[in-house]
Amino acid sequence: MPLLYPLVFAAFLFSAGVYGVLARRNAVMVLMSVELMLNAVNVNLVAFNAYLKDQLLAGQVFALFVVAVAAAEVGIGLAIVLLIFRNRETVNIDEVDLLRW
Amino acid sequence: MERLAWLVPALTLTAWALILLLGKRLPGKGAPVGILAVAAGWVISLGILARVIGGGDVYHLRGEWAPFASGFSIPIGITVDGLAAVLLVVVTTISLLVQVYSVGYMRGDKRYVLYFANLSLFTSGMLIVVLADNLLFLLVGWEIMGVCSYFLIGHWWEDQANARAAIKAFLVTRVGDIGFLLGIFVFFWAAKSFDIERIVAGVESGAISGHTVTLGAVLLFCGAIGKSGQFPLHVWLPDAMAGPTPVSALIHAATMVAAGVFLVARMFPVFEASGIAMNEIAVIASITMLIAALLALVQDDIKRVLAYSTVSQLAYMMAGLGVGGYEAGVFHLFTHAFFKALLFLAAGSLIHAVHSNDMSKMGGLARVMPWTFWTFTIGALALAGIFPLAGFWSKDEILTEAWNLGFGTPAEHVATSQGIAQIVFVTGLVTAFLTAFYVARMLWLTFAGSYRGAGEPHERDGFLLLPLVVLAAGAALAGLVGSPLVGENNFGAWIATPQLPTHGAVVLNWGLAAAATAVAALGIGLGWRLYRGGLPEREYLEALPLVYKTLQRKFFLDDLYEQGIVRLVVGALAPATYWVDQRVIDGAVNGTAIGTRQLARGLRHLQTGQAQWYAAALFVGVVGLVVVVSQVIGR
Repeated sequence: MPLLYPLVFAAFLFSAGVYGVLARRNAVMVLMSVELMLNAVNVNLVAFNAYLKDQLLAGQVFALFVVAVAAAEVGIGLAIVLLIFRNRETVNIDEVDLLRW
Repeated sequence: MERLAWLVPALTLTAWALILLLGKRLPGKGAPVGILAVAAGWVISLGILARVIGGGDVYHLRGEWAPFASGFSIPIGITVDGLAAVLLVVVTTISLLVQVYSVGYMRGDKRYVLYFANLSLFTSGMLIVVLADNLLFLLVGWEIMGVCSYFLIGHWWEDQANARAAIKAFLVTRVGDIGFLLGIFVFFWAAKSFDIERIVAGVESGAISGHTVTLGAVLLFCGAIGKSGQFPLHVWLPDAMAGPTPVSALIHAATMVAAGVFLVARMFPVFEASGIAMNEIAVIASITMLIAALLALVQDDIKRVLAYSTVSQLAYMMAGLGVGGYEAGVFHLFTHAFFKALLFLAAGSLIHAVHSNDMSKMGGLARVMPWTFWTFTIGALALAGIFPLAGFWSKDEILTEAWNLGFGTPAEHVATSQGIAQIVFVTGLVTAFLTAFYVARMLWLTFAGSYRGAGEPHERDGFLLLPLVVLAAGAALAGLVGSPLVGENNFGAWIATPQLPTHGAVVLNWGLAAAATAVAALGIGLGWRLYRGGLPEREYLEALPLVYKTLQRKFFLDDLYEQGIVRLVVGALAPATYWVDQRVIDGAVNGTAIGTRQLARGLRHLQTGQAQWYAAALFVGVVGLVVVVSQVIGR
């Protein structure tokens, strides 16, 4: 399989993630979009690992790390979202703007 | 004994620090500390003088004050030679007596402690000047005196006039000090040293070119003009009478004004090497002695009469030095210290009794204040130069020097031109007459006739009288050390230094002395004729309105300075400086602050609190960075 396919796929995936992060109001959806971006990176890592035939499998190992970190991030992120909802009864990210001038 | 010389200023400096720090907790509010310190210094000074008379060598104590890595070092050190020894004795004697006198005079003053502290510091300043072996150290003492004169003249600063007089004294002497400082730079540049001996050696060996010597000497003399109240910077001295009377005695007899004359004497070989400088000294001195003596004629304030007489007598010393009479000039400095201190302290006694400086409020005091009367009379006659009192010997020595140079066969080493020496001689004689006249006027106005003031004046306590008696003895006898009656040029041998071996004894010309005494007697006679009846209804000089007005306005010099300089500074320069400071300097500082705040006020709106905006900025930034980096690295 040529390298181009996974790279184009990852680019689409990443762009979708960026759109979600920037455009969605729901904080849960924003978090999910972040996951999309992370997974786009994972696809890239694995693809390059295969392409370069790395003996140490560094790309795959790194992808596993990213998955683990993403899991932790989602855990914390959802906890924050839950707390925001309890306090303000909304999860709309544009309504959470206390840290402003 | 001369090994202890450094102790003399060190003692008075210690006294100053002690009085200032412990002040009221000391016995007698600190006055005994100052008196003891200067008394100890006085004993040491006498010992040193005895060694010098006995033919002791010049003693040096040298050290480094501030060594720099480059090898250059700011020196500190003292020289004890005959000149220094004589001046040490004069300064400590006068300072001691003035401090004893002050115990009585200043009793109950609200700044008594500070007053005595300042007296000690003042004395230290002069002692440093006297002992210093390099110009930089000398300048330190010089400036200490400057600031002390400011403190002491403005001692009663609650009165605006006193505060203004203090500022005037400080600023006017500062004008001369600038020249002094530049002169020091010139000699440092030429001789690569501040050391007086090395500078003198450089001048005498010709290592320093003639023009440089002239430039440096003229600049140094500027300092002397300021400190010693010579024309045209004499205007501060009469106003300095605003200070307490003992301070006037100290300033006018031993410290401050004597420093200028001392400077010329200390650097005399340098001045002697330059004809222009010597002529300048002689001319300035002639002008000063004449105008000061004229101004003394119309003063009603007894202290102002004495102040102008000091200016005039300092000019006499300068004139003596200016015509090459090193011994004559220093000798007059020596004798003048005694009788002028005496006159001021006696005048202080009068003022204390009458509660006024104004001679029109005095009169008839001879009967009620016999001690003051007799001592004052001795001082006044010494000032007028009456045989055999102190002033007679020194004044005639100066006149003899001027006569020898102007009309006789001058010694080869003198650089002053003959014509100028003739001017000095004539003005000296005229001044002698005027001096005798205003002295007589002062004597008869204060002591003769009937009392015109309020209250019942009487003598005060022994603290006031003891110094008067001691100084009267000094004023009567001090001249004998230089008199041919006692021996061949004793005084000249005392103050001879390796650079200035005695220039051959000045032979007192008895014919000249008789003439000068006759002139003085004439002056006193005229004074007696005009003022024996007490205060005239109108001053006799008022018959000549133009002359009288000119003298009353002090030759319009004060007006000139007031209108020309002070008004320019206060009216234009000071506001302009203030404007620049407020608008430009402060404006730059404040402008930076205001600009930053305004910028922040605009920029903070970027901080919206919308996390997605931040994220968008982040993405744009990253994309932009990637584009830039790829453009740069890609090629």
